Amino acid sequence: MTIEIIIQAIISGLLMGFIYALIAAGLSLIFGLMGIVNFAHGEHLMLSMFSSFWLWTLLGLDPIISIPITMLILAISGILTHYLLIRYILKAKMIVQICATFGLSVFLRSLAQFLWTPDFRNVANPLLEGRLEIAGIFIGQPQFYASLVCLLSFLLLYLFVNKSETGLALQATAQDRKAAETLGINSNKMFALGWALGLSCVSIAGTMMSNFFFIFPDVGVHFALFAFVAVALGGFGSIIGCLIAGIIIGLVESLGGLLIDPSYKLLYVFLIYLIVVIYRPQGLFGR
Amino acid sequence: MNNNLQNAKLEPLWHTNKFIFALIFFLVTLFFFFPFINPSNFQLHLMIMIFMYAVMAQSWNVIAGFSGQISLGHVIFFGIGGYTSSFFYVEYGITPWIGIFVGILFSSLVAIAIGIPMLRLSGHYFAIATLLIGFSFQTIFQRWDLIGAASGLWIPLNWDSPWLTLQFHESKIPYYYIFLIFFLLSYFSIWILYRSKIGFKLRAIRDDPQAAASLGIPVAKYKIIAFVISAIVMSPMGSLFAQYILVIEPERMFDIEISIIVLLIAVMGGVGNVWGPLIGTIILIPLSEYTRIFFGGTGGSVDLIIYGILIMLICIFRPSGLISFFPKKILERKKF
Amino acid sequence: MTNILKVENLSKSFGGIIANNNISFEASSGEIIGIIGPNGAGKSTLFDLITGYTKPDTGGIKFNGKSILNLRPDLISSLGIGRTFQKLKPFLDQTLLENVMIGALATGINLNQARDKALEMIDFVDLIDKRHHFAKELSTGQRKRLELARAMATEPKLLMMDEVTGGVDQKTVPGLVELIKKLNKLGVTILTIEHNMRVIMDISHKILALDQGKKIIFDKPKNVQLNEKVIDAYLGGVNATTS
Repeated sequence: MTIEIIIQAIISGLLMGFIYALIAAGLSLIFGLMGIVNFAHGEHLMLSMFSSFWLWTLLGLDPIISIPITMLILAISGILTHYLLIRYILKAKMIVQICATFGLSVFLRSLAQFLWTPDFRNVANPLLEGRLEIAGIFIGQPQFYASLVCLLSFLLLYLFVNKSETGLALQATAQDRKAAETLGINSNKMFALGWALGLSCVSIAGTMMSNFFFIFPDVGVHFALFAFVAVALGGFGSIIGCLIAGIIIGLVESLGGLLIDPSYKLLYVFLIYLIVVIYRPQGLFGR
Repeated sequence: MNNNLQNAKLEPLWHTNKFIFALIFFLVTLFFFFPFINPSNFQLHLMIMIFMYAVMAQSWNVIAGFSGQISLGHVIFFGIGGYTSSFFYVEYGITPWIGIFVGILFSSLVAIAIGIPMLRLSGHYFAIATLLIGFSFQTIFQRWDLIGAASGLWIPLNWDSPWLTLQFHESKIPYYYIFLIFFLLSYFSIWILYRSKIGFKLRAIRDDPQAAASLGIPVAKYKIIAFVISAIVMSPMGSLFAQYILVIEPERMFDIEISIIVLLIAVMGGVGNVWGPLIGTIILIPLSEYTRIFFGGTGGSVDLIIYGILIMLICIFRPSGLISFFPKKILERKKF
Repeated sequence: MTNILKVENLSKSFGGIIANNNISFEASSGEIIGIIGPNGAGKSTLFDLITGYTKPDTGGIKFNGKSILNLRPDLISSLGIGRTFQKLKPFLDQTLLENVMIGALATGINLNQARDKALEMIDFVDLIDKRHHFAKELSTGQRKRLELARAMATEPKLLMMDEVTGGVDQKTVPGLVELIKKLNKLGVTILTIEHNMRVIMDISHKILALDQGKKIIFDKPKNVQLNEKVIDAYLGGVNATTS
């Protein structure tokens, strides 16, 4: 257990943390906008990873290049989800909302299993592969760039939501739908936009991860769990909270795996969630 | 005292609907005589699965429909029940009949241990925590050597005393009757619960915990009670299932899919009503079993594809569940 | 006349906002005490403090001589304090009868007795014909009566009502006022938050006037009406309807 190994673990935890943060940001955006927890979030991630895989397999497109395409696919998927499902359950009881997105997750996961079998796939020989060496620390190139892209996207998202006109319209709708409508903001369009935006974020993360992660129908489950924890930890509705929480989760996962036992990673994350949420029910930055 | 008040007091507290009682009596008789019409092994298996899931969905109904807490990790009581009875038989030769009750005890203790810290959580935070708990149990059991870790427990086969060891190798019929009895007992108990003082208080908590507190109901205490009742109902199903398949492993006994199916059945049937879970089970389980046969191979997931679509449709068009299709007259304004 | 409720130096802040600032008053058994004040004066916070939904920062609350500070709402209810809520909280998916029965169960009786008791309360608020209607089918005025009947079924010695006449049409108000008076005649001490000045002046034995978390005055209605600070607080205030 040298200091280098520990630093290695911290770096890789940090890198994964940025990826978790972006995935969580999508979830948080949707929740902040309409109070719906997207229990199918992991499956949308899975969809983006499979999209990237098929674009590579069938059209030879490298994941980096297919990002805009997968973003479009997921954005359309988000809009469809809103108009075909979410729109009808906005006023329903929480149990109904949970079950609806849960049902969607079951549907997507099983469909993927049916269409593409449970086999593990991967994108072999992507443009990004191999290792980088930075100051004596070795980092996988795909992981590094995935993390960088996710962090940049996260910042872009933050800027968009807080500084652009559309972003402010989104915030207005999130805070007070009726008031926003009196200002001429079409909340239905805002909701659809929220879904499109949230899922695009997911698709960026997923596509970049297809460079180095195995792709299979259940791959989303693990990430969804961490995303839920990140959003709850950071505080529902807070985008900054996602970043902090994502980093915490990445570090806990990595360091816990190194210092204690890699097979109990989920439990460490769970413990953090429990501790925070019991002593500070609204999360770190939540309302 | 005016006339209306007098008349109102003369009404019976519960409207007994003769039609429903006749229907239930008829169904129960049917269930008892089913093995006599020479059903196939598959048909017996199907009925067993129906009884089992009907009970599990009812267990979920108790916390969701009677006290408003949504659990996405309900499978843990199933797993605890199964592992407890199996472990005590494998290690100490204790008959599973006793093992079932030890399993109930352990499940109740876990329900209390988990329930108390979870009191501080509500809504989405609660649901997510239950999801994490479910996965955590699976992770822990996968690495716990005492109970077989990832390879699980193999229950030693016994041909000499099937009733003592709760193992039947020649026919599924004894399993059928055992599951049937547990099913009837569970549903009867929940029916009594629904009509009891506790049932009323739980429904108050489900609908508005703050108002319930203002009426003298100790919300925390009753939430835990609901949790424990739910665990008590669910646990024996795990124990019986273990005896049915005779090999158990963490992936199966703590599978999130069980949590999901149980939830979907309950919501589809209608949460908060005693008969909802049964209706949901009768529709979804045969669907599941038949598609599994029909499609084979990767068809194992076709039933879930259909489940997913169905549950989304129910949430959009009929959120109170299929039970709301029954006209109010038959349900007598939920006094059932 | 015994003191049924004694509030001493009660204070509560949320973040930077002082909701209740050093409030003290006493309610004698059998009185009707009206609580008035512009929006944001801290009236509902006071209710939440007394009924245990929030903990005060400083101060004490005594019910029948015993401190009820920091007790849970359900314990406070079982000691004999009932309440209704400003934002109504009926059990929407249950019938009127079921709603009130749950209140009746608070006294420890069995279901049959609770049913009869609930019917009596429902009759008291004149809704006997609607007893099998689901709460979500009832109008706002009927839901107010539901909450009243439900709280009364717990046989409270002190009933705290939060804006009973709010949001109902003018025709219904006299009926509600009659109910409150009937209730008081049965011996129930009543604390009622009200915006309707006419109602308050009519029924209250004493009035507690709050403004920005502080007690302005606690006195008989005539004196409160003439008090300068009260008039000040309401001049420019949007909510008082005096006529």
